[in-house]
Amino acid sequence: MRFSLVTTVFAAMLLAACSTPSEEGATTSGGGAGSGSTTSSSSGDTTQSSTIPGPAAGTQEDLTVEVGDRVFFDFDQFNIRADQRGTVEALAVWLDTNPATTLTIEGHADERGTREYNLALGERRANSVRDYLIALGINPGRLSTVSFGEERPAVLGSNESAWAQNRRGAFVVN
Amino acid sequence: MTSMQRSKSRSAAGVCRSLFLVPALLAASLVAAVFTVPGPAQAQLQVDITRGFVEPLPIAITDLFGEVADEQKLGGDIARVVAANLERSGLFRPVDKRAFIQDASSLRNGPRYGDWRLINAQALVAGNVQMQADGRMRVQFRLWDVFSEAQMTGLQYTTTVTNWRNIAHRISDQIYQRLTGESGYFTTQIVYIAEQGPQNRRIKRLAIMDQDGENHRFLTAGNEIVLTPRFSPSTREITYLAFQRTGGREVPRVYLFNLDTGQQEVLGEFPGMTFAPRFSTDGNTVTLSMAKDGNSEVYAIDLRTRRQQRLTNHPGIDTSPSFSPDSSQIVFNSDRGGRPQLYVMNRDGSNVRRISRGKGNYFTPVWSPRGDLIAFTRQHAGEFYIGIMRADGSGERMLVRDYNVEAPTWAPNGRVLSYFRTTRADSQGRITSKIFTIDLTGFNERELVTPLDGSDPAWSPLIP
Repeated sequence: MRFSLVTTVFAAMLLAACSTPSEEGATTSGGGAGSGSTTSSSSGDTTQSSTIPGPAAGTQEDLTVEVGDRVFFDFDQFNIRADQRGTVEALAVWLDTNPATTLTIEGHADERGTREYNLALGERRANSVRDYLIALGINPGRLSTVSFGEERPAVLGSNESAWAQNRRGAFVVN
Repeated sequence: MTSMQRSKSRSAAGVCRSLFLVPALLAASLVAAVFTVPGPAQAQLQVDITRGFVEPLPIAITDLFGEVADEQKLGGDIARVVAANLERSGLFRPVDKRAFIQDASSLRNGPRYGDWRLINAQALVAGNVQMQADGRMRVQFRLWDVFSEAQMTGLQYTTTVTNWRNIAHRISDQIYQRLTGESGYFTTQIVYIAEQGPQNRRIKRLAIMDQDGENHRFLTAGNEIVLTPRFSPSTREITYLAFQRTGGREVPRVYLFNLDTGQQEVLGEFPGMTFAPRFSTDGNTVTLSMAKDGNSEVYAIDLRTRRQQRLTNHPGIDTSPSFSPDSSQIVFNSDRGGRPQLYVMNRDGSNVRRISRGKGNYFTPVWSPRGDLIAFTRQHAGEFYIGIMRADGSGERMLVRDYNVEAPTWAPNGRVLSYFRTTRADSQGRITSKIFTIDLTGFNERELVTPLDGSDPAWSPLIP
């Protein structure tokens, strides 16, 4: 029952997803920064194309299309931003509809910190996502976390836009 | 002659000591024997290193004399390494060899001090190399104070020829110690992370080299992320973080690497992610961060029993622990006050107090081997700094400022620091990271040239 509200929010979030700005004039996700998605294991944000047969349910591709595969964080923060909550809530719904799926949540930091501290920060970010999913009813046994600190930027470059997109929690289907 | 007692005074009497080396390291016996004739006790040549900027001391380092070509080559090579070490310290200026008047051969009968005063050398180094019947070499050197016309030290080493660099570093340490009053740091290694490739596909390998960049070798192959290596007090082990690939996943784990056997070993299986390892000064413990319930706390792992002891208990991040030299206290990094700052606690976790007080964020505190200072990374107003402060947080001073400088490590004499510097990435993700050294006065910054990019340097203790 508790998901009925979530689902509504989810729908709204999906509509908003393509225009959700990153902070401080960052390039909107899915487009501009471009080069970031070419080599990373997970693709960039969703582009809502219609009528193409969707990927198999419960796969990474399905998650990326249906929910998005990441949330973003503010500098040196690990709380789930208000504008990112919908993505995690949508992720909870998706996990609920794909009950066999288990997930690794990766925590990442931008490069503006030390490697050790960023490992700790990434761990907290991953756990913020995990805690929220658990609060939304997901079995903790389906969720694992790992921190990559600043080792795996999604977007290349040393500027506010890149940093804003690299401070993230990424969802990886096991 | 085998007395290990060494007078702290800087009298002109020769240093009386013997060296015993770890066989695994040198695979040869090596004996340093005194063959000095004590000079007259009088005012000694001394580099004043208490001031900020020091005019380097002019020192003449002659090629060690050899009768035959092999010996001459070794003698020249050793002198070259000694001169480079001393020059790089910033405290010495080797005099151009072309200005020398007295030749190496006649130096065997003692210096003609006037010849060296004439070219303004204040200290003089000479010696000889002699191959022995058993194939080993005997290296002798002497250090003279040119103006007081007194020998300051003289030592002899017998070892295999392949140890010639090691001998050059030991000679450098002797000269440095006699002329500065502080122990040398040349018989040391640096372990670091060799890097190449763009930001998102950066290949990282554990690598090790002598402090002057020689004898470089890679310790890992580069197919997994490695970070933050640290030396054990014995200098024979390294602890570091590696993201081990298992079944398509990357699992961060703390490892121990034995430099003698090449063996790598996981420190232990822990319920949460472990990172930021560092040996205690007595070598019995590794402190690290463990994120058990999503939050990083500092733990001590007993290396013999592998028993873990939790040292911090706070909902904030606690990481980057570093022991004081007497192992009684630990400085660490925590955001418990709202921002990342530096804290000190007793080794059992009690008596936590904040020591950093400036603006911005503080990271990676490292206790000086001398115990008096703590080096750190600071981030403020969009820039990074390498700084030092006293162990109580007073006397904070910044040594380096740049777009990104990070992760200081101390030379074993607590006089020189190493760290790394990273450039901004371009839109293709191209970056460079380089390792540097600097005197704790903030002068004499030098790049430590590595074959690839470098980061996360860790300076070894003096190699026995």
